[in-house]
Order: sequence, then C-alpha cells, then structure tokens
Amino acid sequence: MSLIAVPLTLGSDFISSLQAINGLQVVSKHMPYLLEGALLTLYITTLSVIFGMILGLITGLCKMSKNRILFGVATGYIDFFRGTPLYVQILLLYFGILPLFMDAGPFIAAVIACSLNSGAYIAEIVRAGIQAVDRGQMEAARSLGMTNRQAMTYVILPQAYKIVIPPLLNEFIAVLKDTSLVAVISAEELTLRGKLLYSTFFEAAWIWGTVALIYFIMTKTLALLGDYIERRMATE
Amino acid sequence: MIQVKNVHKSFGKLEVLKGIDCWVAPRQVVCIIGPSGSGKSTLLRCINQLETVNSGQIIIDKEEVTSPKIDINKIRQQVGMVFQLFNLFPHKTTLENITMGPIKIQGKSKDEAESIANELLRKVGLMDKSAVYPNQLSGGQKQRVAIARALAMQPKVMLFDEPTSALDPEMVGEVLEVMKALAHEGMTMMVVTHEMGFAREVGHRVVFMDEGVIMEEGSPAQIFDNPHNARTQSFLSKVL
Repeated sequence: MSLIAVPLTLGSDFISSLQAINGLQVVSKHMPYLLEGALLTLYITTLSVIFGMILGLITGLCKMSKNRILFGVATGYIDFFRGTPLYVQILLLYFGILPLFMDAGPFIAAVIACSLNSGAYIAEIVRAGIQAVDRGQMEAARSLGMTNRQAMTYVILPQAYKIVIPPLLNEFIAVLKDTSLVAVISAEELTLRGKLLYSTFFEAAWIWGTVALIYFIMTKTLALLGDYIERRMATE
Repeated sequence: MIQVKNVHKSFGKLEVLKGIDCWVAPRQVVCIIGPSGSGKSTLLRCINQLETVNSGQIIIDKEEVTSPKIDINKIRQQVGMVFQLFNLFPHKTTLENITMGPIKIQGKSKDEAESIANELLRKVGLMDKSAVYPNQLSGGQKQRVAIARALAMQPKVMLFDEPTSALDPEMVGEVLEVMKALAHEGMTMMVVTHEMGFAREVGHRVVFMDEGVIMEEGSPAQIFDNPHNARTQSFLSKVL
C-alpha cells in the first residue's frame, strides 16, 4: 500500500505543479485577449462618464429648478436609477426598451445603460457641488444685475467644478467597476472575456486573479490621477 | 430716489418688517441703525429684491420694484450693493471681479471695462492689487474691491449692508474713508451700520429701527444728541 501511496502523492503534487504552470501559460498566452476586453471596458467607462456628466449637469440643475415639471422629471430620473440595481437596468434597457426604438448592439446598450445610471449619481454630485458654493456668491452676482443663468455660468459653476472633481473621479472609478455587469448582455469587456477564458480552460484562480489585477491597475491609475489633480488644484 | 411704503416682510411666522415707511432723496446718505435682529438688513435686501416683500411698495427712481412686471435685473444694475462678508468672486482677480459686471451684463468691451475698473481701483487706493486674487487681500482691501465692483455698474444708488462689521478694527477706517469720499461726490446711499461716528458725520438722515419698525428718524444731531424715543435713548446709551 505504502509503495503505491508514495508515487500517488508525488503524482498529485506533480499534477498540481503542472496545473500552476498551465494556468500561467493560459493567462500569458491570452493576455492580449484580456487586454482587448479591458480596452472595451475603458471605452464604455469613458463614454458613459462623458454622457453621464452631460446628463448629470442638466438634471442636477433641473433638480434645483423652481419649475415643477423640470424638478419632477429630474427627481423621477434620479430616484429610479439610484433606486434600482444597475444589473436590472441593463437587462431592462437591452431586452425591454431599446429594441422598441432601435437595433442596438450590446456595446451601445452598455454605454446607454451606464450613462443613464452614472448620470443620476453625477446629478447629485453636481447639486451638492453647487449648493456648497457660498450663498453670498449668488446674491453678489444677482445684485450686480445678472440673470440667474448668467450668475450660474460666470460665478457659481466655475466655483462648483473644483468642489465636484474629487467625487466625480470616485464616480469614474465606480463606473469602471460597474461596467463588469454589462457582461450579462454579452458586451465583450474584460469580465466577459475572463468568463469565456474560464469556461475554456477552468483556471479559475489564474484567470480571475488576472482579471482582478487588470481592474485594479486601471482603478489605481485613476485614483492616482485624482490625487494629482487634487494636489494641483490645492496649490492653485 | 428710494421710497418705501408700508412694507411688511415675514420669514415663516416671524414678522421681520412690520410696516416700514421711509425714503432717500437723491444725493442723500441715510444711515440705518438699531440692534441686531431689528430688520435693518432685511429692509436693505428688500430694496433690491434679494428678498421679496409680503406687502407694501418700494419705488426706486420712479420704478416700482415690488411690481411683478418689473425687470428686476435692469433695476439691480442701477442699485449697487455691498455686503458684510464682501462676497467677492474668489475665482477671479481683483480686476476681473470689477470688470465682470460691465462686460457680461452691460456688454462693454474688455478695454472699456478695464479702464473703468482701473479708475475705480485708483479711487479705492488699490491700483497695485489688480492682478491679485481675493484670498490674498485683507478684509479692508476686499471690501474696497467690493465697493469698486458695485460702482463699476455706474449705479444711481448704493446700498451698504454693515460693510465694516466683519472687519478687524484697524481696517474699518480705510473702508469708511472710501464711503465718505463717495458720499461727498454726491452718491445716493443707504447704509446699515454700527459705526455711529460715520452715521453722525456722513449721514444726512439717521433712521433708528427696532423690532421691525422705524422708531425714530431725523438728522444725526437730532438722533444722537436729542433722541425722543425711549428705545433710541437706551440703544444709544449702550453703543456710544
């Protein structure tokens, strides 16, 4: 028995060390495949944040409007997208709503879903930023004879944007991570490519570890960029 | 120039102005004094409609500013306002603070606005500070820039809301000097102040307010040397 047992244990060690090498080989061989996915992740993220900022600025301003319709629409939009899971929003848009209007591929649907979602969060960031500007600034601008719009454009928003940049970068990072959910509608970003690789090679630790590492490098880079911008603005 | 007729103003249940009647003639300086919470600042803020009145009329230069039909932005261009906390635009230089109104609101060219601004900076004694941002100015300098900013719109009336209350004592004088010079040029001014010396020296008329009503008004000599109202007497005995 012991004679057989020894080679057996040896053998399982040998196999597991082989597996480790195999995992490394799989990952390094398919690295370009994963990085392409990461590139798509970055595309979706960047576009979503850009559209999200436009949407967020508009709805953030509407949220502070005295006009009840604008206020109501903005509130409904923000509440819905902050109050439901992004995962569900992606499914609803891709399978439920977009097909009624257009023939949207997964990429477009992903960008639309993430933009709408981040727009709702950015709207609140914008509103908080504007409200953080001292009330006296609006009064001073209005007392000169500026219209509300002029005061916003020349006095309030230029001050709010500095307040808004740190939370906006956090939102950027959050969107980057959230884009992993669009894997469900088969947009071939990093997570889905990881999944596809895994279903072929079953190297869970190696593949998902690498996917996590790539995400981490992207978010850390953004965070460092944020720190740098903050420091530069502080010295301004 | 300014006429206030039976103005009432409440914040929620708190009635701050309980039927105010007063007036400022052209080229006149009217100083409003009184304890804190008496409604002085609210009255001033009602005049350029930073607060809307609940009832009553305010007329500036024949235009009823309390009427809902009025273009308040037009009126405000003619009514300069100086705040207790300066409210300079921190993201703009001294010069840009002053030129912003003329350029963005009145549509003046940059050159024209800058020549107005430089003239005003000379007047308030801050020629050397034109490229500086507000956070590098002292309180007194900030307030002088704020005065110049309001004057750049070439207003017919200037409202001062406790312009020296937030200043260190040694800086009060420089701001009052600028205001005094302005008064001597014939600017119509309404000044809410705790500077009794200024009210006495520069004011043509002094208005004493307490608990949302005007208790007494008259010439500085009358109010300071011979007040009739018991409230005025007790207030002055505390501050003088």
